[in-house]
Amino acid sequence: MAHAYTPGLKAIPCTRLTKNRLLPIPGKVLVEKDKQVGALDVVAETALPGRVYPMNIANRLGINPDEVKGFMIKQPGDKIKKGEVIAETKPFIKWFKTTIESPVTGTVDSLSEITGQVLLRATPKILALKAYVKGKVIDVQPDFGVTVESEGTFIQGIFGIGGETNGEIAVAVDSPDQELLPENIKTEHKGKILIGGQHAGIASIKKAIEVGVNAIIVGGIHDKDLRKILGYDIGVAVTGTEKIGLTLVVTEGFGMIPMAEYTYKLLISRKGEYASVSGATQIRAGVMRPEIIIPGFPKDINECKKEEGRGWIEPGDPIRIIREPHFGVIGTVHSLPSELTKVHSESMVRVLTVELSGGEKIVVPRANVEILEK
Amino acid sequence: MENKDLNVIIATDCGSTTTKAILIEKKGDTYRQTFRGEAPTTVEAPFEDVTKGVLNAITEVEELSGRKLLDGEKIILPSDGDKGADVYVSTSSAGGGLQMMVAGAVKAMTGESAQRCALGAGAIVMDVLASNDGRADYEKIERIRQLRPDMILLSGGTDGGTVTHVVELGQFIKAADPKPRLGASYKLPIIYAGNTKAQPQIKDLLGDNTALIIAENIRPSLERENLMPARHKIHDIFLEHVMQQAPGYPKLMDMVSAPIMPTPAAVGTMTQKFAKANNYDVLAVDIGGATTDVFSVFSEIFNRTVSANLGMSYSISNVMAEAGLANILRWLPFDIDEQDLRNRLKNKMVRPTTIPQTVESLQVEHAVAREALRLAFDQHKALAVGLKGVQQERSISDAFEQAGSGQTLINLMSLNYIIGSGGILAHSPRRTQSMLLMMDAYQPEGITAIAVDSIFMMPHLGVLAQINEQAALDVFYKDCLVRIGTCVAPKGIAKENENIMEWDMVEEGGKKHSGTLRYGEIIKIPMEGNAQLTAKPVKGFDLGAGPGNKISKKVEGGTVGIVLDGRGRPLSLPKSHAKRIENLNKWYKAMEIYPA
Repeated sequence: MAHAYTPGLKAIPCTRLTKNRLLPIPGKVLVEKDKQVGALDVVAETALPGRVYPMNIANRLGINPDEVKGFMIKQPGDKIKKGEVIAETKPFIKWFKTTIESPVTGTVDSLSEITGQVLLRATPKILALKAYVKGKVIDVQPDFGVTVESEGTFIQGIFGIGGETNGEIAVAVDSPDQELLPENIKTEHKGKILIGGQHAGIASIKKAIEVGVNAIIVGGIHDKDLRKILGYDIGVAVTGTEKIGLTLVVTEGFGMIPMAEYTYKLLISRKGEYASVSGATQIRAGVMRPEIIIPGFPKDINECKKEEGRGWIEPGDPIRIIREPHFGVIGTVHSLPSELTKVHSESMVRVLTVELSGGEKIVVPRANVEILEK
Repeated sequence: MENKDLNVIIATDCGSTTTKAILIEKKGDTYRQTFRGEAPTTVEAPFEDVTKGVLNAITEVEELSGRKLLDGEKIILPSDGDKGADVYVSTSSAGGGLQMMVAGAVKAMTGESAQRCALGAGAIVMDVLASNDGRADYEKIERIRQLRPDMILLSGGTDGGTVTHVVELGQFIKAADPKPRLGASYKLPIIYAGNTKAQPQIKDLLGDNTALIIAENIRPSLERENLMPARHKIHDIFLEHVMQQAPGYPKLMDMVSAPIMPTPAAVGTMTQKFAKANNYDVLAVDIGGATTDVFSVFSEIFNRTVSANLGMSYSISNVMAEAGLANILRWLPFDIDEQDLRNRLKNKMVRPTTIPQTVESLQVEHAVAREALRLAFDQHKALAVGLKGVQQERSISDAFEQAGSGQTLINLMSLNYIIGSGGILAHSPRRTQSMLLMMDAYQPEGITAIAVDSIFMMPHLGVLAQINEQAALDVFYKDCLVRIGTCVAPKGIAKENENIMEWDMVEEGGKKHSGTLRYGEIIKIPMEGNAQLTAKPVKGFDLGAGPGNKISKKVEGGTVGIVLDGRGRPLSLPKSHAKRIENLNKWYKAMEIYPA
């Protein structure tokens, strides 16, 4: 049977997944192998080196760089407090004395007799790394972190902003093609993961931030709204560090696009349950998509699927068209002709025939469809 | 290697997503590229071994050519009858290529020299640190700490000059304690190529905690730039440190017959060889999904820049952000809702592998491509400059010219050849599209030949040129360059429809063409071979021989032919909406770039 390799976003009711939770620099791992962890449990921590504050003591005291050492009250390695005097001149008349205070609490890092520069280092900051998903620690990387394994519902979005968050799933719309309006967002949605429908405008996103919603999951957003909310244009899809007050996951794309019905139904089937959500997106080598993970089985499933999806399409598979002129349309693969076909733009490409819900058949480049993975 | 020993060559380029293999065979006295194969690059999980993709790509060449090249996981070297190859060479940009941070005492002087040095070696420059870069000192330290480069190039000061600034930069680097991108356990390589007098202090500062390598000063005096010794060190470290950490590369390094080159360094080598062999000024561009590389050779000086976030898929939205929506819209001969265009570009960003199905969609991509090419070229012009800070002797005649040091080396009138590569230029449904995109973005002046490298073979040939330059040039002329044609563009400004040039042309077969070029029009003359062009621009218009002067020159035809571009230089689009659309339609029709 003909088939073609096609990328797709996952929407799997139950799968087994692993998450590597690693510190950026060596630190201490706080949990052992085989331990069950909750999403908010701290699994590893480290002390991030404090910010360095260079101060040119020679310039400030009006002395030569090689004289700096003699004017220092605090020497490299000494602890210092903010406002404490670290260097001073020693004039005969004390009114003419010049002192230099530390702008920071920490230590004196180094001193140079060539440049007259002294580097001060602020106290280290503790980074506490959470498990993010509820599950079992299956591997420990000494000094760096752990791998957590979890079983549950796994849904990928196409684009997101904001980092990792958690909360209970709440539903604000009645159907996947309903727009998430400000009036759908209530005070009881505070701290929740809110499922919208086809689109969230700027007023709705602002209302959700105001209410204290942890994350919004919708089909689409307009780019101009994204620009307004961030204050700049996203040039390259590398996100996850934005701090707008919530995490936003877009499941379909930019524009008014109903959420795929399957994704919507899967999400509402887990209403009231606790989910882990990340908006981090990276569309380059090492692709990372935003995600929603809901540990545990949906009500009608008793056994967890372990397969990762097959990664190609065959006739009969449901697909979504991801480029104009049929952007967002969902259909079924009818056939996969092997020969190159000239499309309207005159490009010679490999195509497939898609059958739409009304029975109409259209020809689309294979590169312009996405498999709806279940 | 002598030509008689070299009959069969296999070459690969390991890109971020695809590994491409080509087979080159000696046919009589010349070398030709005969077969090619490709396979997905296997640097990332689950394979994490670049050689898997290389072997897969070579297997495809084996299947197509019928020549046995592999014995298990080994390339059969040397050739024996219909088996094996005489050499195997490779380039690589997989896993993000070579990423560097550079530092110099003064941004416009040693900072720029360090940037040119790293870019010419094929690196992506993540940041340029300088004493006067406008950032507070603590911000510089934070930045060094955040970035995880493959190596740092530290320069600063002329030999014997003051050591303070460069030592200060050394202190910042030490305080930041930067970590390398690959291999958390090894020391970050730092090349010191600054004031020789500061070497002892730099060794004291960085000798213990980093892998410090000392190279000759890249700016021994204000008047002299000495980039090659530091560039060689960069290549050595790329092979010894960076490649050793990348998945499967130690194996690949054992397989090759010549050192692996970073892909852009190989393209740069080929551009220089081509320019030198023909005594040309050359501009070469590779516009990819994420980045755009620009290479130039003007008056024998080579420069390369990489615009890390200007590209046609991953970075398409950044082109919009940097160029502004209005600059993209100006190339479209129809109205489109701003919100719709924004959403379309963002959707391409998040689904980068989709292709335009409709003509309208293709036109939108072409509009973005013009702006990406233009912006990358602007960045190139800013870096491809003469040395700054140099005192110039001036005569009385120069006194009225305000030109100072640091003038751009790019001269569009002396430019002989433009070579385009990358999907949007190499695989356009019509070659006229590639030609007009490059004409609009670069606005070449006078007489300029235009070609594309349709399967991006320049990396393979650049690395091959290390072993055998003739083989590389043979294949470059015969199989790599797809000649599109020549753009003839008189420089000047006039009123629409004014006569700006009388011209006649005689094709090699004797066929004659002649006519008048009017301001604002494009005339396309299909012609595959070459022709002798004689043209006399009117007063105020220049074709390279001076304003109003006649020129007679051999011009190169191609898949499109000779294009007489009467739109003037600099090219400006009408401000009136209706007139702009009318002109765009007129030009697109003259070039026959889209289906009627």
